[in-house]
Amino acid sequence: MVPVAMRITREILLVDDNPADSDLTREVLAASSHPNHVTTLLDGEAAIALLRRTGPYGTARRPDLIILDLNLPRIDGRAVLAEIKTDPELNQIPVVIFSTSHSAQEVARCYELGANCYLRKPVSLSEFFSAVQSLDEFWIGFASLPKQEI
Amino acid sequence: MNNFSVLDILLVEDDKDDLELTLHALRREHLANNIFAVRDGEEALEFLYCTGRYADRAGSQQPRLVLLDLKLPKVNGLEVLERIKNDPRTRAIPIVILTSSKEECDLVTSYHFGANSYIQKPVDFDQFRNVIKNAGLYWMVINQLPLSNPADAAMAAGKP
Repeated sequence: MVPVAMRITREILLVDDNPADSDLTREVLAASSHPNHVTTLLDGEAAIALLRRTGPYGTARRPDLIILDLNLPRIDGRAVLAEIKTDPELNQIPVVIFSTSHSAQEVARCYELGANCYLRKPVSLSEFFSAVQSLDEFWIGFASLPKQEI
Repeated sequence: MNNFSVLDILLVEDDKDDLELTLHALRREHLANNIFAVRDGEEALEFLYCTGRYADRAGSQQPRLVLLDLKLPKVNGLEVLERIKNDPRTRAIPIVILTSSKEECDLVTSYHFGANSYIQKPVDFDQFRNVIKNAGLYWMVINQLPLSNPADAAMAAGKP
């Protein structure tokens, strides 16, 4: 039994320049029991433009959740994270870092910058599926997210 | 036990039933070996900053995760959260808010103050246990925490 308010379609912003990874992530989210709409962007500059609604993103919907890769073209993921978390208009949006980096220093640095959590991208297909399912189940299924104005 | 007995979770909860239930759910699923519980916001801050009752505690042993209730005696949860996230010594410690509050402003303010996540406690006993189980699994097993193992904890403690 899920309250009606929780069945709203969640807007997820996926920022990942690797098409194989983003396709797979979208595939898992498309199969989710929690309604969602995923916008995929390939670089950090576009992500910031969407969040600030500049350029072609003037009418973009604010995401409820951001899934952010770290190594991105133009503006890298760490800089995107820092931009989001130092902007009072944006810093309430949870940012899930989803990266292949296994370095403990990298993980610690992301938390310092305000990352909400850090998931390692698994190499194997089944573990990748499972990681995205867990992300969806926790963040969309169990956690409460701030309401975003359209 | 190894030499560095890493604290997995600091649980800040004043309600006795919620405290027992949370501890039980986490331990039963083997999601955290070492959990320390404090009963109000003042005690949480004393614990984290090794003052007052915890003046003799080693500050190098910080929790890998904090589960924080909002409605707490003495110092409320939002103030505890703000203090932790505004202090460079403790900013990176993940804080998951675990509250019965249904106020949208508590939710938004928590994320603005830097809460890593926000979970509403279900009233139903089984649902509550299920939420704790899922949150524990996600944060302690699937997610990477800043302090991932005792060696990392020791290394982080050596930093100024």
